[in-house]
Amino acid sequence: MADVTQRLEIVTPEKKAFSDEISILIAPGVEGELGILPRHAALITPLKIGLLKFDHNGERIIMTISGGFMEVRDSRITILATAVERLEEIDVARAEAAKQRAEERLTAKTPDIDVIRAELALKRAINRLKSKQQI
Amino acid sequence: MASLRDIRRRIKSTENMQKITKAMKAVSAAKMRKAQEAVISARPYAKRIRGVMGRIAAASGSVNDPLLAVREPKKVAYVIITGDQGLCGGFNSNVINMANKTMKSDSAEVSLIAVGRKSRDFFRRTGYKIDAEYIGLGNDIKYSTAREINSIIVNKYSAAEYDAVYLVYSQFVNILVQNPVVMKLLPADAPTDAPAAEGEGQAQKANYIFEPDSPQQVLAQLMPTYLENAIYQGLLESKAGEQSARMTAMENSTKSAGDIIDSLTLSMNRARQAAITSEISEIVGGAAALE
Repeated sequence: MADVTQRLEIVTPEKKAFSDEISILIAPGVEGELGILPRHAALITPLKIGLLKFDHNGERIIMTISGGFMEVRDSRITILATAVERLEEIDVARAEAAKQRAEERLTAKTPDIDVIRAELALKRAINRLKSKQQI
Repeated sequence: MASLRDIRRRIKSTENMQKITKAMKAVSAAKMRKAQEAVISARPYAKRIRGVMGRIAAASGSVNDPLLAVREPKKVAYVIITGDQGLCGGFNSNVINMANKTMKSDSAEVSLIAVGRKSRDFFRRTGYKIDAEYIGLGNDIKYSTAREINSIIVNKYSAAEYDAVYLVYSQFVNILVQNPVVMKLLPADAPTDAPAAEGEGQAQKANYIFEPDSPQQVLAQLMPTYLENAIYQGLLESKAGEQSARMTAMENSTKSAGDIIDSLTLSMNRARQAAITSEISEIVGGAAALE
């Protein structure tokens, strides 16, 4: 069983973030977490802000994802992500600052702010911080 | 004939110019390399998202999305991407000419979103209506810029303030070739020519599971991202093209400066020789007169 793998490709607008054979992938789908094993049925779904987890050569890799899309077919997974970061790449200070900024914006409630955008920014920042605390 | 001193002075100033163009060439070469890398590493995403779009569109049949609604084009918007600076040969004017020509032949009411100082200045002079402008984007293209431009377009399109949106930019083919192109952003044609992902035949039209369970909803979420990415790609291609056009232009001017210096040096040597010859003949004449 262990030798059955599937191809995972993670691309962001800036770069190809990951591309290799993996075993299991766990992704934050909009309707709930999804576990994808090799030979999964074809699937397309948007992804939420959250964590991507997958096993690559026996090693568990965790990345934060700031939303995106996932397509699965023929044991090939393509993730179109807005942004992904490996845990060690996360800049805590920056996430902290972003969180504060977003919170201020939401509490100030000036009419010209984009509430949805601020909320999303807050979610992204919290996601980064939380993932960092997990290890 | 110009005096020896004048020629020397001209050589000196041409040499100084050459130094400047050479330095500018080196600078733009470095920037170009970076911009080129950015374009190339952004291409996989653009390709994949097109593919996914195409497959969803194929699976969903007719779609009822505000961004796919086709209306009679009465009000058309053009997003025109140029550089902020000149000194890059015909790069900016190629894009501007292309845009200008297309817009003149467009019978609809035209408004613009100008990206880059050159396009803004030109179209402001020609008196087009500019709805938004983005200048001073710098060398690092930010994704958030594309997002901002996109949100304007999407809002206005959904509110029927625009009936069609085109993107005019310069496609980066290679260092020597940049093609100005006009690309239709909205109403979006689902890319039917979507390239099949590697390692798979045309054969199976996979029966996708969609979550949330209608392809329409997924498509509605994917559309804005797709547009954003198209704009982002346009910005990147333009930047890479601009830098390489500038590098080529600066290389040419360095070369011409070299040519000028050569021909000036030649005439300087001639002038010097003429001066020596006439001096000798004067001395010889003087000596002859003494005898």
